Amino acid sequence: MEVFVVSLLNGLVYGMLLFMLASGLTLIFSMMGVLNFAHASAYMLGAYLAYTLSLYVGFWIALILAPILCGLMGAAIEMWGLRRVHKNGHIAELLYTFGLVLIIEKVVQMTWGLIAVPYRIPSGLDFALFDLWGTDFPAYRGFMLLISALMFLSIWLGLTRTRIGLVIQAALTHPDMVGALGHNVPRVFTIVFAAGTALAGLAGVIGGNYRVTEPSMAFSMGPIVFVVVVFGGLGSLTGCFIASILMGMIQTFAVVLDYSLADLLAVFGFIVTKATPGSEFLMVTLPRIAALLPFILLVLILVLRPRGLMGTRDT
Amino acid sequence: MSMSANAAGAMTASSFLRRHWVWLAMLALMLVLPWAFYDHDRGRHSGFAVTLLSEMALMSIFALSYNMLMGQAGLLSFGHAVLFGVGAFFVAHTLNFIKASGLPIPVELMPLVGGIGGLVCGVITGYVATKQRATAFAMITLGVGELLTAAALMFMTFFGGEGGITTNRAIDTSILGIAYTKPIQVYYLLVFWAMIAAVLMYLQTQTPLGRMANATRDNFERTQFVGYDPQVIRYWQYILSGFFAGIAGGMYCLVYEIVTFDTLAAVKSANALLATYIGGAIGFIGPIMGAVLVVGMQSGISLYTSSWLLYLGVIFILMVIYAPGGLLGLIAMHIPIARMGRLGELAVPYARVFVPTLIMTVGFVLFVELATHQTINAAQGKKFSLLGFAPNPGGTVVWVAAIVAMIAGALWLRHAGRGFMAKWNALMEDAKAQGIVV
Repeated sequence: MEVFVVSLLNGLVYGMLLFMLASGLTLIFSMMGVLNFAHASAYMLGAYLAYTLSLYVGFWIALILAPILCGLMGAAIEMWGLRRVHKNGHIAELLYTFGLVLIIEKVVQMTWGLIAVPYRIPSGLDFALFDLWGTDFPAYRGFMLLISALMFLSIWLGLTRTRIGLVIQAALTHPDMVGALGHNVPRVFTIVFAAGTALAGLAGVIGGNYRVTEPSMAFSMGPIVFVVVVFGGLGSLTGCFIASILMGMIQTFAVVLDYSLADLLAVFGFIVTKATPGSEFLMVTLPRIAALLPFILLVLILVLRPRGLMGTRDT
Repeated sequence: MSMSANAAGAMTASSFLRRHWVWLAMLALMLVLPWAFYDHDRGRHSGFAVTLLSEMALMSIFALSYNMLMGQAGLLSFGHAVLFGVGAFFVAHTLNFIKASGLPIPVELMPLVGGIGGLVCGVITGYVATKQRATAFAMITLGVGELLTAAALMFMTFFGGEGGITTNRAIDTSILGIAYTKPIQVYYLLVFWAMIAAVLMYLQTQTPLGRMANATRDNFERTQFVGYDPQVIRYWQYILSGFFAGIAGGMYCLVYEIVTFDTLAAVKSANALLATYIGGAIGFIGPIMGAVLVVGMQSGISLYTSSWLLYLGVIFILMVIYAPGGLLGLIAMHIPIARMGRLGELAVPYARVFVPTLIMTVGFVLFVELATHQTINAAQGKKFSLLGFAPNPGGTVVWVAAIVAMIAGALWLRHAGRGFMAKWNALMEDAKAQGIVV
């Protein structure tokens, strides 16, 4: 029970972090058809910028400034880069963002070095929020949940209650029609791109000190976010939310459940030993394949249901 | 009678030369190049140069196999290295098996064994990946690539975990009686297989399958109306591409005699993508040019700087924005002007653009190297120097000089670029007027 509740909470924290990254990417991907590889790079930049800013102005101002800087970078990428490449088709756009990943990673290494930077949880939040069967639940995780919940609420209100939100929603499913109705679709694209990148930056600010701030963090996070977006389905924030939480739970629970196929077979009376054919495969435990699970899900969903969990059209 | 037969023979020989001179020149170049790096004092080839040339040969084949998907079928793969790596592992195990069992299987056939490995892997992963096209295909290949890389660290028997599988190519089963102890011997074996693989891949572009792959790339729906199943075409194209990627993997195993999970990983796939795109996916020879450039940068420039990947990334981005046809596309753009015989008129405009480009590049490189030095190299106790130029990296002057050169160069280039474009457009107008370009 104890393990279950703690894992549930940790899964929720991780899932909400994923959602913060994936929600922006889903909007960008659905509207513009561009799978933005550099999205996780914005997450990394957010963490690094927050680290540097917090040295000078403190964590709380960095929490606001770093995402804004990331958003500005996103707007610049969209206006001066993606729009130019757009005429060469989707593949060129994909490759453009792919090139950005390489450059941003090297720039980060150039500026902050090859090893992780000591970006730490602010001392004001470094206490135990409550106690679960003797295990402390850090206040910072509660803070992360709060931030992501606030963000979820504001996205939801923004998309359903504001004029620009309605235009964005319409552009998700019928981008051409929205343009035909006289809305400035390119400007909407820029806004969504900038907002999405800012959200990724925010995820970096609060995720960077929860996990590790290092140059490979974009590379390790990127593919997982893709999985979430594709799994949730194009054009659906709800799907994206469910997929994020699901992925967070799967990843967290897979680490604590120390079982293998051999254990399952043992229940039915088959004892797997080293001599059994395929024993290497059967004896792999769940925590060891935890990192594999998202990709297995990705391949399965793309083959069996390309539109994802709640998507409105095929990937 | 015999005279006319001789004449006919001479005719076909000369027409053969005229039609295939590019291939023959390439073969001759590959055969001769190691001798340019021959050390007469020590009586042997430069090991670095031979390994570099071998890497270029195998990366060319890998990039060509990648282009079978990207250029020919319009399929963007992010997990192509899986096919390469599985081919390499197949060869490593086969070599070890031959050595252990004493079966007389010649070493010369190893690239073919790699090809079979790639083919098998292509049949399996392709079945999943080619069910979709476009972005979904790219995502599946990304997933498969990550999946197999992670699995490689997990399953020790086939992939050897972190340490990989080591092997030995000098197992004395050569049909030619060559020991393969020297890198140059392996290089010539690689040249042989690279030529065969390249010619086969070229011929494949002429087959109905190759043509239909182009059709699915250009007009996916129409292909279906003509009565073909695009999924079947994609699948076959993927399998064949896997075969050639596997050959490249087999070559890799012969050169390095160790295969680790890196050969399957995303970085390797990215290399194929970069090489193919920078070289130009629009023509057959593009990926070869790209592979030579990428390997050259990887091995040559990386001796001087750790930021070579940044430079490669910048070149790649510039290519994506300004030259979607890659190097080959840039060359092809000049063909109409060359046909008019007015290429010389571009010399002065080019020179005018070249100077600011050089200033900007020098400024950029200086800036990057200074920054890299301050954050990374200084901690490792290295001294700063750039092509023999060694300023104090902490000084303000060099930093200002770098930034000024970068900005001034960029502004000047923008100005000079306008003049260049005006001349270029005028020439293109003339070409249109003469009916050379439509």
